[in-house]
Amino acid sequence: MTAVASTGFEYVLRLGDDRLVLGHRLSEWCGHAPILEEDIALANIALDLIGQATLLLGLAGKIEGTGRDADALAYLRDAIDFRNALLVELPKGDFGVTIVRQLFFSVFALLQAEALQRSSNGELAGIAAKAVKELRYHVRHTADWVLKLGGGTDESHRRTQTAVDDLWRYTGELFLGDDIDRAAAASGLGVDPSTLEKPWQTTVRDVLGRAGLTIPESPYMQRGGRTGRHTEHLGHMLTEMQILARSHPGASW
Amino acid sequence: MANETSTSRTDTSTATAGDSQWPLWEVFVQPPGGEPHEHAGSVHAVDAESALQNARDVYARRGEAVNIWVVRSSQITASTPEDMGPFFDPGNDKPYRHPQFYKVPRGIRM
Repeated sequence: MTAVASTGFEYVLRLGDDRLVLGHRLSEWCGHAPILEEDIALANIALDLIGQATLLLGLAGKIEGTGRDADALAYLRDAIDFRNALLVELPKGDFGVTIVRQLFFSVFALLQAEALQRSSNGELAGIAAKAVKELRYHVRHTADWVLKLGGGTDESHRRTQTAVDDLWRYTGELFLGDDIDRAAAASGLGVDPSTLEKPWQTTVRDVLGRAGLTIPESPYMQRGGRTGRHTEHLGHMLTEMQILARSHPGASW
Repeated sequence: MANETSTSRTDTSTATAGDSQWPLWEVFVQPPGGEPHEHAGSVHAVDAESALQNARDVYARRGEAVNIWVVRSSQITASTPEDMGPFFDPGNDKPYRHPQFYKVPRGIRM
């Protein structure tokens, strides 16, 4: 693999892994959401993300050029080889945690997809155009929920505020932007995530503000996911997600 | 989600309070191609925006819709089963309501 191909592979892998891991986390709500309508809504969002991940990992495999397809990348890698941000691998927590995380990620992913529609890679631009429509709805749905939970009962407000306090320190990693991101941006393939932070802050602060929620003061931000240093939670999640594919290699149904 | 529709003048949003704290909304979906809105079912939601989102997720996920209406079930006034006779009697004894006496001119396709 040439250096250019390797950069492209790593870059697209990050996009795919964010969506695969968060899609799986969301799917854990299936049958457990607070009300049937929301159960269906969360499953729909999870499926959107897993659909995006399938396309992105397929593209990553193609760029890598060693014959790995989306299934091989999703099911046959260990935690250390995953490139998702830490935010998306954290346990689903209560409904407040799930919704706040989903808002944080959806706003980020929408900005990213809007920019990626102009990617020099036609396939990536096409995937992004499809994702934009889905992500706009994800932002609308989760922002609406944050407003309701933040302005709801004392308990819903307290839980949602706790979720913001706990998750905020994982948002910085989304915008870090390292050599791979900069190289991907320079080649026209990708977008440097650091350019997305300002509009993300504007949107998220607006929603949290209207919901009566405050942003924690601490400037400390967690990082590591983009280079394979994950929390313990990812390994447990992958065990469950990958067991079928690993127990029955090559099975189809 | 409950699939019952309002069949009486009672407030169905309170009638179904047993399975949800949230009010019931009736969902009308307009299929592509300019067809009129059709009743698709109902959803629970705390307000109109949530009702629209839930309706979208439950009834319009696979491209069946170009437009959705939601309306509080309690706002629907419906005829009752007792109305069956007086409301819907086809009036077979009133043949003038049925235009079957007209001869259709040749060349007109029905």
